[in-house]
Amino acid sequence: MSNARTRTIKVDALARVEGEGALNVRIRDGVIRELQLRIYEPPRFFEPLLRGRQYTEAPDITSRICGICPIAYIMSSSQAMEDILGIRVTGPLRDLRRLIYCGEWIESHALHAAMLHAPDFLGLADAFELAQQHREVVVKALELKKLGNHILEVVGGRAVHPVNLKVGGFYKAPRKAKVRELIPQLRRAIGTAMELGRVFATFDYPEYEFDYTCVTLRHPDEYAIHEGRIVSNRGLDIAPSEFPQHFREEHVQHSNALHGLTTKGHPYLVGPIARYNNNADQLTPLAREAAKELALGPVVRNPFKSILVRMVETVLACEEALRICDAYEEPDASCVEAAPRAGTGFGCTEAPRGICWHTYRIDETGHIQDARIVPPTSQNQRQIEDDLRGVLEANLHLADDVLQWRCEQTIRNYDPCISCATHFIELRIDRE
Amino acid sequence: MTRPPKKPKLAVWKFASCDGCQLSLLDCEDELLAIADGVAIAYFPEATRATLPGPYDISLVEGSITTPDDAERIHSIRRRSKRLVTIGACATAGGIQALRNFTRVEDLIRSVYARPEYIDTLSKSTPIGDHVFVDFELRGCPIDRFQLVEVLNALLNGRRPNIPHYSQCVECKRAGTVCVMVSRGIPCMGPVTHAGCGNLCPPLGRGCYGCFGPMELPNTAGLAGWLGKEGCSSEQLRGMFRTYNAAAAPFRRESEAHEQR
Repeated sequence: MSNARTRTIKVDALARVEGEGALNVRIRDGVIRELQLRIYEPPRFFEPLLRGRQYTEAPDITSRICGICPIAYIMSSSQAMEDILGIRVTGPLRDLRRLIYCGEWIESHALHAAMLHAPDFLGLADAFELAQQHREVVVKALELKKLGNHILEVVGGRAVHPVNLKVGGFYKAPRKAKVRELIPQLRRAIGTAMELGRVFATFDYPEYEFDYTCVTLRHPDEYAIHEGRIVSNRGLDIAPSEFPQHFREEHVQHSNALHGLTTKGHPYLVGPIARYNNNADQLTPLAREAAKELALGPVVRNPFKSILVRMVETVLACEEALRICDAYEEPDASCVEAAPRAGTGFGCTEAPRGICWHTYRIDETGHIQDARIVPPTSQNQRQIEDDLRGVLEANLHLADDVLQWRCEQTIRNYDPCISCATHFIELRIDRE
Repeated sequence: MTRPPKKPKLAVWKFASCDGCQLSLLDCEDELLAIADGVAIAYFPEATRATLPGPYDISLVEGSITTPDDAERIHSIRRRSKRLVTIGACATAGGIQALRNFTRVEDLIRSVYARPEYIDTLSKSTPIGDHVFVDFELRGCPIDRFQLVEVLNALLNGRRPNIPHYSQCVECKRAGTVCVMVSRGIPCMGPVTHAGCGNLCPPLGRGCYGCFGPMELPNTAGLAGWLGKEGCSSEQLRGMFRTYNAAAAPFRRESEAHEQR
């Protein structure tokens, strides 16, 4: 190998992502020989540990898969159980669920976009350095994040692992006065999210595009968050129960998170860009204006622009939350009650990072017999590797440290949640 | 030229966990920038790619020990830390993943992963205190962010953190929450559970589910006996003690007392 030029780029502990992962890249004679997004977050075995537990425990237990997006787990598991019990959560209870999910989107998007992702575009290590240069950006982001968390507290009782949600609805519906207190804050937040979007729009975006297979929920009446059919921009349109016939998971040696693929073996994209590309026609009025002002166009193919899409979705989540708070009346009952019965159910909702799919089988006494959970980041893993390959090939002229940072930024485009994916990152690039 | 006084170094470490407890630090929206002004954030991968070498004045440790590598790593962290504080139920009691301690781990691996030989894991999920000396344990699944600020404040100012060790029942009494067990017959872990969450579940008409783990000297058998008379089956009792703090000794022993033989 003495004549061959070998470059090795390594990132042992990828930063500003939730959980533990690494990247290994080995480039020889200008050709990428090896590229692995390694996920070494230790597995926690949620699915088998759910066996034998009561169906009512699944929302609380699965919320512990992820401290960043507990609502996604609570909601997908509740929906799957309701599918088994044959109940539907409608009216004000459905609205409350959408409201708290909006809270999670606002909190998660503000955290990721401003505090974890934005520093990459400015060559800064973190939000604390960002705060030294552009304090107002961080202050605004914290304001949004706080509001998101506050919605979670008002509706769910707690920001991380909320306690007020259950199969069928809520333990106690929030008081009207408490919900209405959110209204002025939400009005202000729409402007704040828009201002942050404008700041992010001035960033230099690396040139890179990919023609993604976008897989998302779609709902006939609204920008899908907590309910809908699973669709793609390649013509897929299925019920959540049909997911296993169209998607599979592959176990590879370098990752404790299973890789999501279509049954034909193709990678696909879930999350904000996928949602925008599939559902932009359903954006709320101000979110539509935001998308126009940020010049996103009808389809986003540059993954680095996910930061802009997150701000459009933040505007949307604030608008939707505002609409729900304005119309909120306390429901007669906080929950739809039903007795357990044997069966298999499916649930799928849009976590901030993409679709979070659950299925459970329970017996007639309500005991969980089987559980399977497909989190968003494991579905994006293969697509992240494909993006990394594309970004590396276009930028091989860059110095190792610049290239390494570009790779990290590429991974952070996805707001990967590694804790979720490992029921998941470290970066390692080897150039020979 | 005079140099500014050296800031104490804060490090945040992660083991098997959901990231929720370290997120609680970022969730201190009103205090975060002040904290960042007061300490040097020396290691906190969830928030920054910058790192400073040890030793660290305060290490916050999230997560439980579940792999052979992690069992080694915690010792190297301890050696570089003046004060080591565990944050949350995983680090303090093994977490929800300690449910594996009651099963055979090989069966678990086989059921999730097609290629079990790729997975390196220990048969038990254990708290940090089983491996190294811990200066302070902060409870909760997740921790309460105000308690986190209190612990940081206390340690930085050389005083004991003001974190009460009494039960959740005291929180209900202080908040004027009507007892859900007495008034509505709802099973509640409050009498044996460590205070600190801020009295969340009973005001919602829900029994405490023990996410802050055992209080000091809990009478778990007394509670189980009472709940048994109220109609809880041994399976239910076992399930109640076997959640997010299943490996904390008082809860583990009580859940084992309700094993079917």
